[in-house]
Parts: sequence; structure tokens; C-alpha cells
Amino acid sequence: MSAQQTALGVNALCKSFGGLRVTANVNLAVEPGERRLIIGPNGAGKTTLFNLITGELTPDSGSVTLLGNDITKVASRKRPHLGMARTYQIITLFGRDTIMRNVTLALLGLSQLRWNPFIDLEQEHHLVEAASAALARVGLSHIAERPLSQTSYGERRRVEIAMALAQNPKVLLLDEPYAGLSIDERRDVQKLIAGIPRDVTIVMIEHNMDVALEFAERITLLHFGEVIVEGTRSEVVADPRTREVYLGH
Amino acid sequence: MSWMNAPRWATGVAIALLITLPFWVGNPYYINVASQILLFAVFALALNVLVGYGGLVSLGHAGLFAMAGYAGALMLDAGHGHLAADLTAIAVTVLASAVFGVLALRSTGIGFLMITLALGQIVWGIAYRWQSLTNGDNGVNVTTRPAPFGISLASADNFYFATLLVFLVALITMALFVRSPFGASLRGTRDQARRMNALGYNVWLIRLVAFLFSGFWTGVAGLLFIYYNQFISPQVAALQTSAEALLMVISGGTATLLGPIAGAAIVVIMKNVVSAYVERWNLVLGVIFVAIITFMPEGLVPGSVRLWKLAWRAMRGRPAKAAEPSA
Repeated sequence: MSAQQTALGVNALCKSFGGLRVTANVNLAVEPGERRLIIGPNGAGKTTLFNLITGELTPDSGSVTLLGNDITKVASRKRPHLGMARTYQIITLFGRDTIMRNVTLALLGLSQLRWNPFIDLEQEHHLVEAASAALARVGLSHIAERPLSQTSYGERRRVEIAMALAQNPKVLLLDEPYAGLSIDERRDVQKLIAGIPRDVTIVMIEHNMDVALEFAERITLLHFGEVIVEGTRSEVVADPRTREVYLGH
Repeated sequence: MSWMNAPRWATGVAIALLITLPFWVGNPYYINVASQILLFAVFALALNVLVGYGGLVSLGHAGLFAMAGYAGALMLDAGHGHLAADLTAIAVTVLASAVFGVLALRSTGIGFLMITLALGQIVWGIAYRWQSLTNGDNGVNVTTRPAPFGISLASADNFYFATLLVFLVALITMALFVRSPFGASLRGTRDQARRMNALGYNVWLIRLVAFLFSGFWTGVAGLLFIYYNQFISPQVAALQTSAEALLMVISGGTATLLGPIAGAAIVVIMKNVVSAYVERWNLVLGVIFVAIITFMPEGLVPGSVRLWKLAWRAMRGRPAKAAEPSA
């Protein structure tokens, strides 16, 4: 598959920490609108792969393409401007601020307004409206002005997703969005992710197979930094190597 | 704890008190103390941009403060006018801030603190040892104060009003800055630098611009200082000056607008007023800081607000603890 046809391409990506090889010649070709699931046992290099894709880590070799453009050497801070957004496995939010301010910061990140020291941020109604819309998408409008410190873990997970969605990404990377959620919260987040329109390509890392398999159209199984199985949901689940290293017998 | 959120009547009363201060204080000595408080408040507000809103603790700001002072004093000493001296001093300080920032922002946390400390000490070393330029320990005299629009600032009253004007401009600028998108961006880099980067912010550049902004107002405070003191020596660039400014910010309350002003008032009053009655005033100052950190770890201003709210709830007959939010 050529780079022009993919929303996200990873080509022969390698990364080592000292003598430890954490990403070994990984190739991915995620088509526009696709729902791709990345699975693998702990330490397989899934989050490292996300960090390489987003530029938080620099690969030793290989390349990353976004919508057909090589972004390997593009600074990580510039990738959101090109249409890439991510969430974190360990919730990474602004704890001193309200939910609304968290989402506003996400919007501000892509706006030239972020350099303006003279205007009142509260008076930028278009930002407030856009943040309200993003919060409505994740069902948090009713607590928009609540300080983040007074929210539940599940609500924070949804704030993470709202921040990513607020940036209108073309490619959305979700790192274990169901981690630590109760059954009810998981169902809410599942509905939320299922409702993301098809013009957003989603790549998700997840361990919870009940919800993850329902999401996935194609699955990539990583083991010791290598892609050992890739295919449709049924192909990967049926593959004996998946059972051996991940699902169990 | 925003100054702009304070009730309008309180702001009005405070400004009225400040404007009329020379008339009800009368004694030029105390008017000069008030001028000192205001100029050091500008210095502390400038440092608070980095410490409070940027999470970057600098121990080198005395270097920038002194650099503005020396640049202005040396320009005046060379026979230039006040306007040229002032503009040069600000330009030199902003340029030096850029150099400080580029070097210190290679790190954060303790690394940032140590680099700024080292840079501040280099300025002190230059002021102390480069005698042909700075006159060493003998310092540089500033023989005249400016007379903007024909109004001489030689008297305590007029100098106080000029300092108050600069202080109010600094305070309004800071209040705008805090509420602005850039202020929100800077606070974001303080709280979650990694996330800010992932959201598309240039964290390093935001911090550098904040450093320049802080440096600019530090330079303004340095100029006010030499016009107040009419003399500058290497002592101004010493670590003690940086530490005192940092204490002003921390004791008053970081990331607040009123905190650094309260902190500046405490330090200046202790140094100028209490020292006249108590020989070991440094000990008293130390005890005050220990008390603030013990009972109001968030600083004097936010701590007082918290205690006031607790007292208010208690007076209304509601147990304070029960009134605390459950989360």
C-alpha cells in the first residue's frame, strides 16, 4: 500500500534503549477511516510505538507518514497541527483547571491566539463554544465548569478524549482509553468512541478484549517490539500465535 | 486570586489609599519606604511570572535587576540623557534575559535554578571585578533623577507618584497577562509540559517569551531602584537580592497578583522599619517566613483568604470541615 493511500503509515520503524530493542522493524498501513487495534502483552512496545508515531521519541531508523506526508523529522509539537491527536494511558490533564479550561487549552494549541498576552481568554466566545461542543460530544457539558480535581476517573478519561476530539484530528491515537474504568464507564466510553465519525482514523491500544474486539476492523499484534500477526479481527483471533502470546489457550 | 476579580470597591479603596498616601503619611522617610515597596513589588511581580505561572524558579534575577541598574547608571555617568539611559537599560536587560533564558531553559526544576544562580553570580562577578567598567565595590553614583514632562522626581512625593504609576501599569499588564491565552499557555507548560507539547504548543518558546517578559519588568524595577537609591554597587547583583525577591514571591503567594506585592511589603518593612528597632531583624524575618510556610504554605495572600473563609463559615455556625467539598 503506498503512502498516499494511508492515513497513517509506519515503515520499518526501529527503536532501541541501549541494548533493549523495543521497536523492531514495525510496519503499519492504516487506511483513512479505519479502526485499528494494537494489542500485545505488557512490554510489547505498544506505547513506545505511539510515542514514536507522535514524535515524543525519535526512531533509530524507519519513517512515519501522515496522510501521505513523511513526518518522521517533524517536531512532535507540530504534528497536532497536521491532524494528529492522542490520548495517554496515564491520564495527563491540567489538574488545577476546570474541565472547560482543559478543553479550551486543547483548542488554543492549534490557534495563533495562544501567543496573545493582551486579550481575555474568557471573552473568546468562539473558543468557549467549540470547547462546549467538544464536551457535549463526550457528555460532560453539565460539569464543564467543575474543577478537574473534583471529577471521577471515568470523567477524566472522557476529558482526555474530548481534548483530542476538540482538535478535529484526522488520525486519533487512543492509548488504553478503557483502562481503570468501571463497567458503566466503559460502556459510556465505548459508545463515545463508536460515535466518532469515519473521517477520523482511529488507532487504539487496548487490553480489554471485550470492548476492543468490537471496535477493531484490523488488529496488529506486537510482541517484543515486532509485529507478529496482522489482519482482520477474525484472522488475528484465529491465529495460533495470538493465542500463544496474548489471548492464552 | 486575581486582582481583577476583587470587588470593585476594594480595588477603588486600595488605589485611593495609594494615591493619597503621601498626604496622610506625611513623613518623607515612610513615603520613601512606600516607594521601595512598590519598586520591589514590580520586581517580585516580574519574578512571579516565571516562578508562579511558569513553574521556573530563578535565583538569578538579581543579575538582571542589577544589569538594568548598571546600564542606566553607566549611561548617565557617560553623559547621556535619562531617556537614552532608560531605553538602553531596558534593551540591555531584555537582551540579557534572552541569553539567560536560552541557557537556563535547557533545563527545568533544580537544573534551571542552578543555571540561573550561576548566571546571576557571573553578573555579580563582573560587577565586582571589572573595575574599569563598574568601578568595582565603589559602585556607580546616579547624581540626578529624571524630570519627565518637566516634573522633577527629586522629592520623595514626586518619586513616589512616578513609582506608583509604573507599579500600576505593571500590575495591569500582569493582570491582563494572567487572563490572556498566553498566560493560560504558560500555566499549562507549568502543569503538564508533555501534554502541552502533544497539544501543539512550543513549550520552550513559551517559556522563553515568559522569561523576556519577566526580564523586561525586572529591568524596569532595576531602573526604579537606581533612581530611588541613586547608587548601585555589586551588592545589588548578589545572591541575597535574588533570594529576597524569591522570598517575596513565595511568602506572599506564587501565581497570585497580590502575593508578590504583600511579600515585597513584608521584606521592605522588615529591612527598613523593624531593623530600626530590632537589631536582629533578620531573625524576625526568618521567624515570619517560617510561620507563613507552616500555617499558610500556599503563601500569605491565598492563605489569608482560606483562613478568612474558614472563619466566615465558623461565624455563620457551620462546621468548617463539614463545609469542605467532599472531593
